[in-house]
Amino acid sequence: MSALIEARDLTLSFGETPALRGASLAIEAGEVFAVMGPSGSGKSTLLHCLAGILTPDSGEVHFDGRRIDTLNEAERSALRRDTFGFVFQFGQLVPELTAEENVALPLLFSGVRRAAALAEARPWFTRLGLDGLERRRSGELSGGQAQRVALARGLVARPKVLFADEPTGALDSLTGEQVMDLMVDAAHEEGTTVVLVTHEPRVAAHADREAIVRDGRASLLTTGRIAS
Amino acid sequence: MSVPLTLLGLLEREPSHGYDLKRDYDAFFNRGKPLPYGQVYTTLGRLARDGKVIAGEAEPGVGPERKRYVITEAGATEFETWLTEPVAPEPNLQTVLFTKVVLALMLGRDAQQYLDTQRAAHLERMHELTKLRRTGPIIDALLADHGLFHLEADLRWIELTTARMDTLAAAVRT
Repeated sequence: MSALIEARDLTLSFGETPALRGASLAIEAGEVFAVMGPSGSGKSTLLHCLAGILTPDSGEVHFDGRRIDTLNEAERSALRRDTFGFVFQFGQLVPELTAEENVALPLLFSGVRRAAALAEARPWFTRLGLDGLERRRSGELSGGQAQRVALARGLVARPKVLFADEPTGALDSLTGEQVMDLMVDAAHEEGTTVVLVTHEPRVAAHADREAIVRDGRASLLTTGRIAS
Repeated sequence: MSVPLTLLGLLEREPSHGYDLKRDYDAFFNRGKPLPYGQVYTTLGRLARDGKVIAGEAEPGVGPERKRYVITEAGATEFETWLTEPVAPEPNLQTVLFTKVVLALMLGRDAQQYLDTQRAAHLERMHELTKLRRTGPIIDALLADHGLFHLEADLRWIELTTARMDTLAAAVRT
């Protein structure tokens, strides 16, 4: 089976500082894949390359059989909008908009009319335990509620891939677990592939497979032989 | 896990037969590893001898021994003392893990490879516990969480050790 997303030997430097030094990995369709690693290891940079946000200095990124690192900005922007969903750690909701408008945003950007976009957004409130919060603004939501709204927004357009960068980083343990449970359940129900960047092992343990990024290189974690 | 004290705790809740105590013990405290009947009755016998429980008369019926056990004042006091004392914060220094890392570094072997393999094994167990937490009853989730936090602590240590590997190698080779 060929991978849905594949990174081949990516390098990327920010000025003199190398962030990726030959990172390769392959992610299968429908799996929840965790990218772990300490701060500064390059894991977020890797995610940004996989998602077409950053372009590597060298190497290739393939998505669904198509090379995407060579696309121009407009093409990558369309890919991100139409095919990918995103959940980040902080500050994702537009404070001027209500929760349901925030969830509907990806649909609105794709040209769906407002009423239809909101109608599509609303069932996610029930699904993620957010009933009654549709009209609230982000300042009126708890951290966990805001993150669930962000999750709904990441999934509302039924993306093929959800990229989640430290999605529970700002939440307490219990709330973080709830968000992860909802994310994994929703992704499996929708058949969405999830690329999850986290430095927290308990969060990574929700994934089907993990890789660790160290010094800008990725390696798949496999158990192998364990000495007793 | 202290079997006598746990049985005392169950008896503090209500007088019970040995059979009921075993059932509750297995359900709450000994998941997947049933307490043998023999151990239940031996323990109850000792507790009775030491004046911490009183056994009632044997009741008619088939099957295992049917005596109702009642906790005594002495038993209740001992249980209460145990319950309210903090557990010793075991300084579990991961001696095996630590020893392997130090020896590997001393001998110039690949300590990083060992830590990576260990990390993968820890994560595999965390997968199992996460599944248990997500699908099992709240009691299972509570136990799974306890295991998950401990494994995570080990993983943090592994991460830190990885970051310090060069300094550690220099220290153990001098």
